[in-house]
Amino acid sequence: MAVIGAGKTPFGAFADRDLRSLAVEAGERCLRNAGVSPGQVESFFLGNFAGPSFVGQNHLAPYISTALNIKDVPATRFEAACASSGSAFFHAWLEVASGVYDIVMVVGVEKMTSQPGPRVTEILAAAGDAATEMKAGSTFASLFAMIARRHMYQYGTKREHLSAVAVKNHANGALNPDAHMRKAITLEQALAGKPVADPLNLYDCSLVSDGAAAVILAPLDRASEFTAKPVRVLAVAQASDFVALDQKADITTFPAVSLAARRAYQMAGMGPKDIQFAEIHDCFTIAEIVATEDLGFVKKGEGGPYAAAGCSARTGVLPVNASGGLKAKGHPVGATGVAQLCDLVQQIRGEAGERQVPRHSIGLAQNLGGSGATCVVTILGEA
Amino acid sequence: MRTGTVYTETVIYSAPEAFTKDVPYQTAIVSLDGGGRVTGRVEGDRVSIDDRVIEVEIRDGVPFFRKIDPASGLQ
Repeated sequence: MAVIGAGKTPFGAFADRDLRSLAVEAGERCLRNAGVSPGQVESFFLGNFAGPSFVGQNHLAPYISTALNIKDVPATRFEAACASSGSAFFHAWLEVASGVYDIVMVVGVEKMTSQPGPRVTEILAAAGDAATEMKAGSTFASLFAMIARRHMYQYGTKREHLSAVAVKNHANGALNPDAHMRKAITLEQALAGKPVADPLNLYDCSLVSDGAAAVILAPLDRASEFTAKPVRVLAVAQASDFVALDQKADITTFPAVSLAARRAYQMAGMGPKDIQFAEIHDCFTIAEIVATEDLGFVKKGEGGPYAAAGCSARTGVLPVNASGGLKAKGHPVGATGVAQLCDLVQQIRGEAGERQVPRHSIGLAQNLGGSGATCVVTILGEA
Repeated sequence: MRTGTVYTETVIYSAPEAFTKDVPYQTAIVSLDGGGRVTGRVEGDRVSIDDRVIEVEIRDGVPFFRKIDPASGLQ
């Protein structure tokens, strides 16, 4: 199978843009990029976390597909917190793999900035356990803060290691014209951010953003009908785990990440050492550290020193989040999974400009929902 | 009154709408002596991982814990 086209909007806080116009912009860019006309799309998948809460609109999949002039076809929305569009992509892949449809489009979108900060925090917190975590006043930052505390306790991870991730991703984001935050920061700045949930400060947290992203899937043997630059889908896998953190045996690891990664590596017939670059779900700096361990890039507990040593820098042994990641590129939650795939496609095609990584024929994307209850791992490669 | 040990904790400065008046406040996951873990709030002194705590009340389904003073004799 192949991704035959990709397109996204810049990420940012766009007061004059609504959810649908963002999705349509990404969708139209993707159709053009793929060389596909709206009438050729046979099935439509939408990833969106909280449109009903953020903008008061439900029934979003046909709301957007019809605006793209994609008529009559099945149009379905997927919700899996921050892994909504990763999950939509996984299910679109299943549909093409099954042979039912050939040309399938996946759009991810979120419009977050029309709500005040405390309301955004509340909407995001609903991706946790409403009866226990939310009632106790937990925020998403607080859940990842508790993961960070425990990771520090068990493995000696340092505050500076968390900040090293922030510094790296901000440096990458500064090179990305579509990033929400195009500003490099120093380690001193990253350490001195306003406290959000101890030990996490503002610079450990991803951004509240508006944005959309889209890709189109097709069987590899039909890709040349549409594009000269197909990108191969080597593997995609989804796994799940408890929603509430207090149900997990060990919160310093995301079993859904390890499991999805294991299945994906098996499907692709490769291992972590074959991955040349990655887009990882750094909703918080600690999440990138834990994911690099769970994906097998580094031994358990050594994700902090790995980042601090520059291994995951754009010029390191395995560049992670050359796009700037959720931290600097931005995190419109429902768009993130597909946006990561757009970043992989751009790198694999060698079209990433200043942030192009040196080795770019095989890339991995890891999209996480909540505090680890959903994970989708995708491996893309040169066709 | 349930007792337990702090598995992990955080102090929240940036809160959801309904909790902004409480900021800053501490939440923790507590490993209960009777088995299992629960998410709750911490009252009084701040706690760290491995501190012993006792449940002082359950408010709207949420357990509130307090640090056990090692000198109190409670384990």
